Amino acid sequence: MVSRVMPVGQWGAKTMAVTLDRVIKNFLLKDFLSGFALGMKYFFKPKFTVNYPHEKGALSPRFRGEHALRRYPNGEERCIACKLCEAICPAQAITIDAEPREDGSRRTTRYDIDMTKCIYCGFCQEACPVDAIVEGPNFEYATETREELFYNKEKLLDNGARWEAEIARNIELDAPYR
Amino acid sequence: MEFMIDTFGLYFGTFLVIMAQALLVVVLLLVALAFLMYGDRKIWAAVQMRKGPNIVGPFGLLQSFADFIKYIAKEVVVPSGADKIVFFLAPMITFIMAVVVWAVIPFNEGWVVSNINVGILYIFAMSSFEVYGVIMGGWASNSKYAFLGALRSAAQMISYEVSIGLIIVGVLLSTGSLNLTDIVHAQDGNYGFLSWYWLPHFPMVWLFFVSALAETNRPPFDLPEAESELVAGYQVEYSSTPFLLFMIGELMALVFMTAMMTILFFGGWLSPIPGLPDGVLWFVGKMLFFFFLFSMVKALVPRFRYDQLMRLGWKVFLPLSLGWVVLVAAFAQYGVPGYARWAVGG
Amino acid sequence: MVIATLSFYLFAFTAVASAIFVVLSRNPVHSVLWLILTFFSAAALFVLLGAEFIAMLMLIVYVGAVAVLFLFVVMMLDVDFTELRGSVAGYLPLGLAIGLILLMELGIVFGNWVFAENAPALRSAVAPALEEVENTVALGQLIYTDYVFLFQIAGLILFVAMIGAIVLTMRHRPNVKRQSIVEQIYRDPKDSYEMKDVKPGQGI
Repeated sequence: MVSRVMPVGQWGAKTMAVTLDRVIKNFLLKDFLSGFALGMKYFFKPKFTVNYPHEKGALSPRFRGEHALRRYPNGEERCIACKLCEAICPAQAITIDAEPREDGSRRTTRYDIDMTKCIYCGFCQEACPVDAIVEGPNFEYATETREELFYNKEKLLDNGARWEAEIARNIELDAPYR
Repeated sequence: MEFMIDTFGLYFGTFLVIMAQALLVVVLLLVALAFLMYGDRKIWAAVQMRKGPNIVGPFGLLQSFADFIKYIAKEVVVPSGADKIVFFLAPMITFIMAVVVWAVIPFNEGWVVSNINVGILYIFAMSSFEVYGVIMGGWASNSKYAFLGALRSAAQMISYEVSIGLIIVGVLLSTGSLNLTDIVHAQDGNYGFLSWYWLPHFPMVWLFFVSALAETNRPPFDLPEAESELVAGYQVEYSSTPFLLFMIGELMALVFMTAMMTILFFGGWLSPIPGLPDGVLWFVGKMLFFFFLFSMVKALVPRFRYDQLMRLGWKVFLPLSLGWVVLVAAFAQYGVPGYARWAVGG
Repeated sequence: MVIATLSFYLFAFTAVASAIFVVLSRNPVHSVLWLILTFFSAAALFVLLGAEFIAMLMLIVYVGAVAVLFLFVVMMLDVDFTELRGSVAGYLPLGLAIGLILLMELGIVFGNWVFAENAPALRSAVAPALEEVENTVALGQLIYTDYVFLFQIAGLILFVAMIGAIVLTMRHRPNVKRQSIVEQIYRDPKDSYEMKDVKPGQGI
């Protein structure tokens, strides 16, 4: 690489020429003033700020938020304990135990998600053959203790009941692209 | 004044009057500072197309007070191995010295706590103390980042104090007095704002503006607290009230610089248009204008690199201001109009 | 005059006490900080004397510049001062002896000090009457008008000393890459780049 050292006295005459317009430009702070004008232009433009707790931005139907276990419209839980989600979960956040129910259908006795491990990749949702486990649109579930983030089946079904309308709408909206 | 002296006796009465004046100035300043801090954040936000603080109080006007309560309520953390006394002395020095300089600022004709003959020198002496707040804070924190930040900051403040001093010398040569009131009086002419010092001392106005930015560690010269390199410089170990004192001290120094600009170059409380009455409102208005400029600079200009900062101070500003002193001396001696105002004011 | 007397004793006491602490404190940084307090009290004493110009100059020069440099150096030094303290006892007699001799000399000088008969008159003849002008103006007249050549010579000597210091410490190291900031500043967008319209898939 050619050294960029410029010995004194070798600054090119072209670059160093102290022309009048340069002096005027420097002393009148032309650069600063043009920047100032630009700043003032943006000063009066409408603001982009969203007043978060009062206003919220739009979410995509594909948004992957808090997990929920869904039920069929007749109240039967969808999950059939196939454990595909448990198998695919890259963070191994899902733990499932299953037993046949009295009516002989295969159901989970335990469905835990460790939300502190979850990376919100959405693979569980993708893997699920019956659209039982989904990641809903809720993202406001910060807690004060770690224990509250170890979700069990009850909590997940509860989430499903609470967010069913939004979840169903999102799935419907996204269906053409699946 | 006479009433107080009559009521309480010569010494005690005078003492009371001075205390009341000082208290008034300090309280007004601190309240104004709260809103200026809010304004600073609003301006910064507006340029970046954000809304800025808008929750606490109408339009967020009380944000600074909320912050104030927060700072007071937080725990004071003293780093292990810190030199406790010096650690707490540092923010106090910064704060007190930033307040004390206001004693000689004339807000209006005769509205000055102490109208001393060597006002400018007093300001210099007190602002040279402000460096100690920085150095002591950085050293006593027992932290490498704080120490590096303190060294940088101190070097920067000392460097730019030199050029500020020389710029002011130019104004002093024109006025023939070290008294701030006299400096304002000397700018009182028949042509309104055209007879102020900014016109004859034009290049120095910008130099003073930039030096003031550097002197008060404001962006684009906020290298002592360059977040990306030094976290927060000399303030890194400070929390709670000591940090608040540093912050108020720094902002107070900035507001003080706006007052200095107003007095030295823009005619203090004089009205810009001949015929309109002079008054303290002009003074405040000019200060607000320069504060707005300072805030805009913060929003617009990217941070300097340290070696560039030092180069600017020593290789550009120092020769320029030194040359200007010589020029002004010659102009004033040979009676170039606008430069020698001894007959007018002091 | 009660207040003046009181403040004199206050500042005088502070000056002496902090001067003692400069010597006594274990930490050299603390010593410098005490030294600053000493300067400050001395400046206050000057104000009480009515020499406000000198007082402010004292603060600006000593506190604003000299003590900062002291503080810089002392903070950067990596010396184990407790170790140095250990050997204090060995140097104590010598130090005391030097101090004593200095004190004796001062005593002798002051004991036998006699003003030349015309000295006070000469001094007051030179200085402008203090009742008429403030001391800033008086000093200015003395330094810049009456004794301007002496002042200039003193300035020249300092100037030469400064040049000497720069010449002695400046090194020109070859083969060091340096930025030419002037060149950088004088770079213009016009000469530096041009905009080209590149068609997709064709390149330039």
